[in-house]
Amino acid sequence: MTENSLDTAGRQAATDQAGAARTATSGPARAGTASSTLERGPHDGGRPPRPTLGRRAVALADSLWRPALVLAVFFAAWWFVAAREYVPNYLVPTPGQVWETMTSQWSELARHTLVTLYETVLGFVLAAALGLITAVAIAYSRTLDKALYPIVLFAQVIPKIAIAPLLVVWFGLGLTPKIILAVLIAFFPVVISGVAGLRSTDPELLDLAATMGAGPWRTFRKIRFPNALPHLMAGLKVAVTLAVVGAVVGEFVGASEGLGYVLLLANGNLDAPLLFADLILMSAIGIVLFVLVEIAEALLIPWHASRRAGVSLTTS
Amino acid sequence: MTAAKAATGTAIGMSGLTVRFTTRRSRTTALDDVSLDIEPGEFVTIVGPSGCGKSTLLKIVAGLVRPTSGEVSLLERPVRGPQKEIGFVFQKAALLEWRGARANILLQAEMRGMDRTQAARRADELIEMTGLTGFEKALPHELSGGMQQRVALCRALLHSPPVLLMDEPFGALDALTREQMNAELHRIWRETGTTVVLVTHSIAEAVFLGTRVVVMSPRPGRIIRTFPVELPAHRDYAQVMSDPRFDRLATDLRGLLGSAAANH
Repeated sequence: MTENSLDTAGRQAATDQAGAARTATSGPARAGTASSTLERGPHDGGRPPRPTLGRRAVALADSLWRPALVLAVFFAAWWFVAAREYVPNYLVPTPGQVWETMTSQWSELARHTLVTLYETVLGFVLAAALGLITAVAIAYSRTLDKALYPIVLFAQVIPKIAIAPLLVVWFGLGLTPKIILAVLIAFFPVVISGVAGLRSTDPELLDLAATMGAGPWRTFRKIRFPNALPHLMAGLKVAVTLAVVGAVVGEFVGASEGLGYVLLLANGNLDAPLLFADLILMSAIGIVLFVLVEIAEALLIPWHASRRAGVSLTTS
Repeated sequence: MTAAKAATGTAIGMSGLTVRFTTRRSRTTALDDVSLDIEPGEFVTIVGPSGCGKSTLLKIVAGLVRPTSGEVSLLERPVRGPQKEIGFVFQKAALLEWRGARANILLQAEMRGMDRTQAARRADELIEMTGLTGFEKALPHELSGGMQQRVALCRALLHSPPVLLMDEPFGALDALTREQMNAELHRIWRETGTTVVLVTHSIAEAVFLGTRVVVMSPRPGRIIRTFPVELPAHRDYAQVMSDPRFDRLATDLRGLLGSAAANH
């Protein structure tokens, strides 16, 4: 029990039973939502009340204006340096030139972006699936833990980028080596976070599950897996950004399409605007995928998000 | 609605239970030759200092820990492996933090594959009985410690177990909430007729709730004495506290526990 709940319950005199106790433990920040739950009457499934759309928009704007400001300052500084030619134009183009390149060559760039996106997403999904299976194996079996964990660790220590040429030799110039590289890079954080999550189950809950006569599958599905989700989602967020790196590095080594290929091409031609446009598109892939995983997280584990929002915590 | 009472004989039988833990450096005896028979419908409270193996004793009955030697039986059947005929309440509520109160209670039904409509009806009864009405959807972190423990209690009672094992269930609650929970547990025990074994540090709790109080010694845990509690079956908290019989028993227990600790 946290001090908080003890303390409030004490102040509350004996009436732990009434709604007052709940409002008090929830703290002033939550008081409004707590009482609204009560007013809504019959409950349907165990979700906390969701904030309204308007409030969420306000919250979003509140969280976005600072990074937006930083970005605006950055662009202004870039534009200033480039337009004044403090740095030669063939090294740092102006934002306008980059925009120009991006719009005029859009159809080509879009095609290459889709290729890289495809490699990244496929690599990420495979890494997530394989990583989760490995994590389950490691968390459930002491033998597999001892057998697999050192190998996973060892595999992580090998610089994946150094494997890229070998993959090209083995699998050719197609998409396969890029996807494999993305998988190899994104795999590790999934395994580590998955193992950490699965191991974080309260041992008393597992004891309880045993007295409920449930088999391992039911215990996994109802207790261990949902319990592991917050850890796992954190690992997936890291993994998805790393998958982009894997795909691009794969393209560096040998490819005829994709943003990595375009980057090398632009580099060879000293085409700075194309280089910058390419970089922006690569980053955009990473950001979009990251946000998608964040959305998936919010949908899968709303209870966790509401906890992070600073609601008072008690143990368990 | 009342728990299925074991027809005849003992609800829990323990004979010669001994548990030794071997660590790298030492061998500890947690429990030493503990024998105790508990009749159906009894409310046995076990008091003793920290580390006397009280919790281990409950886990042995539940089949979660295997004794080094000795025999346990639950409802006349020897205990081998985890037992399903029990409800278990821990000091921590141990709730699933992603589920609302009602869904947490229904976990018991889902894990056992119980009939859904029947389980839902039973859950609603228990929610009403424990005063959780209005909090069905609340997530654990939105509930106070006392409310969380009520949810854990409902979960343990959902399948109407003939035996309820409680390991310091109210140990983490403040004194006032604890008294209130004691009174409620007493009422629930009378209503359901379940056999209860409750481990506690609190002498007042042990005497108020128990039909029998078992006193254990510090490590290695042995049963020093058992006291029948000569108080009416239907107890009111305030009345019991001012009852001279309560005082006498509490004083005896305090003396015994004090001396047990001093002699060690």
